[in-house]
Amino acid sequence: MSALELRGVSKSYGSGEHATQVLRNINLKVEKGDFVAIVGYSGAGKTTLMSIIAGLCKADRGDVLLNDKAMKGPGPDRGLVFQNYSLLPWLSAFDNIMLAVNQVFKDWTLEQKTAQVEKFLAMVKLKDAAKKKPHELSGGMRQRVSVARALATNPEMLLMDEPLGALDALTRATLQDEIEKIWRVNRTTAVLITNDVDEGILLADRIIPLSAGPGATLGPEFRIDIPRPRDRKAMVHDLEFRSIRNKVIGYLLGPGARKKPGKPDAPMVLATQAEEVLA
Amino acid sequence: MDFKRVKDRVWMLVLPFIGFAVILGLWSLVASTFAQNLPSPMKTWEVSKPYIVEPFAKRGELDQGILRFTWYSLVLVAKGYALALILGTPLGFLIGRSKLFARGLDPVIQLLRPVSPLAWLPLGLVLFQKSQPAALFTIAVCSMWPTVLNTALGVRAIPKDYINVARMLQLSPFQTFYKVLLPAALPYMFTGFRLSLGIAWLVIVAVEMLTGSPGVGGFLWQEYNSLIYEHILLCIVTIGLVGLLLDRGMKLLEDRLRPAEVR
Repeated sequence: MSALELRGVSKSYGSGEHATQVLRNINLKVEKGDFVAIVGYSGAGKTTLMSIIAGLCKADRGDVLLNDKAMKGPGPDRGLVFQNYSLLPWLSAFDNIMLAVNQVFKDWTLEQKTAQVEKFLAMVKLKDAAKKKPHELSGGMRQRVSVARALATNPEMLLMDEPLGALDALTRATLQDEIEKIWRVNRTTAVLITNDVDEGILLADRIIPLSAGPGATLGPEFRIDIPRPRDRKAMVHDLEFRSIRNKVIGYLLGPGARKKPGKPDAPMVLATQAEEVLA
Repeated sequence: MDFKRVKDRVWMLVLPFIGFAVILGLWSLVASTFAQNLPSPMKTWEVSKPYIVEPFAKRGELDQGILRFTWYSLVLVAKGYALALILGTPLGFLIGRSKLFARGLDPVIQLLRPVSPLAWLPLGLVLFQKSQPAALFTIAVCSMWPTVLNTALGVRAIPKDYINVARMLQLSPFQTFYKVLLPAALPYMFTGFRLSLGIAWLVIVAVEMLTGSPGVGGFLWQEYNSLIYEHILLCIVTIGLVGLLLDRGMKLLEDRLRPAEVR
């Protein structure tokens, strides 16, 4: 049984002549407890893919299965960490997480709920910032709250949509280490979408490149058997790390790169059409 | 350097007084030259004094302290304004959330918005046959548009991600409304509320003049008919002051509700 399975998923935006295919024939299987990273170009359709997994948008074709059952829209069984944090600005860090906890654990007492929120605030090292509003927090802190909110509902799956994309390199590195640590403790099934190959390899068990759009599709997957806990400094010299990195980048720059205009089969199609017109 | 800053600040404080002085000067000039019927500022003050020093006096139905009249007007405005918010806010939400409603109602609103209170009041009298409900109708129908339009704008401006947060948590439509949509749109809504209050106060005078109800506007019109022109000026100043205070009060509330920084 797979925790998540995508079968032949395609998605286009617009209609008729102006339709652009964003995703083409996406096939993906994520087992329970798996950490999968999908890495690809900006604008390739990564966020669309994540929205489909989250249930926020529907695929045109193909099936999305959760635990072998067809997915029915969005739900708190999947904790989503948004690209731009998406904390509600009028609620404190505590209340942002409480909103989620309240909704999922309706029959808990207030003490239980408070304890749950505090536990996850502590996990992301933000106990002291509980009462602060999002605008009083740095980007890194906001994303920590967002991670805590996603995990505080004890979801079956953690979905991260370029969670660290808006952060500076140093904060990014710190948060990568923290996410790795948190994941080692929780072992929640996780899907990470990123444009940073190193980030994917550092965090995930498997890394899959997404080719450039339009009509992006998943390339070959690479297993990452580097033992955990992973040390970013040592990893840079690790042979396996470097080999995976080369393969992923090789795919993204080679077969997965943007199709150049004037590919060999295009003029041929035009030629046949011309022949038909003449005939 | 410091001296210059102090000088600038004093200058900034003095300038408004100069503005008022110029207006008073022009007023005196006009009153003493070509508009002989216009009372001078001094005369206006003398004749208005009993209404100001005993602002709540009630000497008769049409002879009351200026603040008592103001109070009547404020009560009427409060009722009409409340009606405007009760009708306008949900309408704004509908237009903001549904393209269907926006498409259907926007032309109607654009058409009704510029219609003057003087035009609505007779219609209100035809509809309700009494001056009080007609007055409320007129205030509401004139002042609700900024609330409708700003609420719709605020609802449309809610980032899609906030709604996605609600969807991921499977909040019910009601919870989505009061936990996400309402707080997110509130700063915009309050701008609408403030503008609506300004219009409601603007409309009251016209409404009172036409219906003859007691209040600042009614008093103004009655004193014009009794040739006590000093009281017209007293009423104008009072209306201006009250309008200013209402606007400032709403602005304070509005600033409190506005998040220090949105994202």
